[in-house]
Amino acid sequence: MERDDLVRLRQARDRIDRDYAEPLDVPMLAREAHMSTGHFQRSFKTAFGETPYAWLMTRRIERAMWLLRGGMSVTDACMEVGCTSLGSFSSRFTELVGETPSAYAARSHESLVGVPGCIAKQVTRPRRT
Amino acid sequence: MTTTENTAGTTAASVPAMASLAVVNVFVFTNDTEASLGFYRDTLGCAVHTDVTNGDFRWVTLTPPTQPDLQITVHNYTGGGSIPMSDGDADALNDLLAKGLLAALIFKVDDVDAVFEHVRSSGAEVLQEPADQFYGVRDCAFRDPVGNMVRFNQDLPADRVPAWPTDAAE
Repeated sequence: MERDDLVRLRQARDRIDRDYAEPLDVPMLAREAHMSTGHFQRSFKTAFGETPYAWLMTRRIERAMWLLRGGMSVTDACMEVGCTSLGSFSSRFTELVGETPSAYAARSHESLVGVPGCIAKQVTRPRRT
Repeated sequence: MTTTENTAGTTAASVPAMASLAVVNVFVFTNDTEASLGFYRDTLGCAVHTDVTNGDFRWVTLTPPTQPDLQITVHNYTGGGSIPMSDGDADALNDLLAKGLLAALIFKVDDVDAVFEHVRSSGAEVLQEPADQFYGVRDCAFRDPVGNMVRFNQDLPADRVPAWPTDAAE
């Protein structure tokens, strides 16, 4: 891949990590990277192992898990992390985490008490399996 | 060998023969030395300690204001001279740098917010605005001009450290 493309892909990934709560979408990110949507999606996956949409949703759901553990409602957490559709948020959450957001919010997360924060952040990061 | 308690409360091995061990050099790869110097020297205020050029290879070490014995070595080594490197490795190194996956530096400062405004005003790409972290620091993050991550943090007083939320609302 051209190195200039890699730099723009990295900038797109950084933007997702930074601005995930904003109304980002893949065509917009592709335009910012000066690529067609299809080329952007394929190149991003080649570079980083996930499509830009998956990267964005994983980032959002990682943050939503944090908010739900803190007692925020599912609807509020969905909106807070930049998702506008509760349906697609919930299905993506369930796919990544293995339980629905309401089930996740309802159960105790005491098993994480005493785990150093930086480790807890890693072990709770949702992963596609 | 004995064990001693460090500030994190865990035990670390203490080897008498290594009692003087200290870090004096860390390496930061660049493919644009002048741009990197603009960041580490001009924006961060590090002092140039050594500047060596040998053909295409340039090695510049810089010391942070509070650590004159710690050299940050900004180098563009991708082979050549007496130590060859395959074209594939040189490409891989440059690709990882472009993708932001190569390396990171973390600096400690007294005032993260002032540092953030200063570094942002230099035009550096912002990765994260200052935020209080549950792991005990207030920190922010940037890319250096060629793609390495650079973070700045300050310790938070215990009463300002956000809790790691572990339980649903009760």
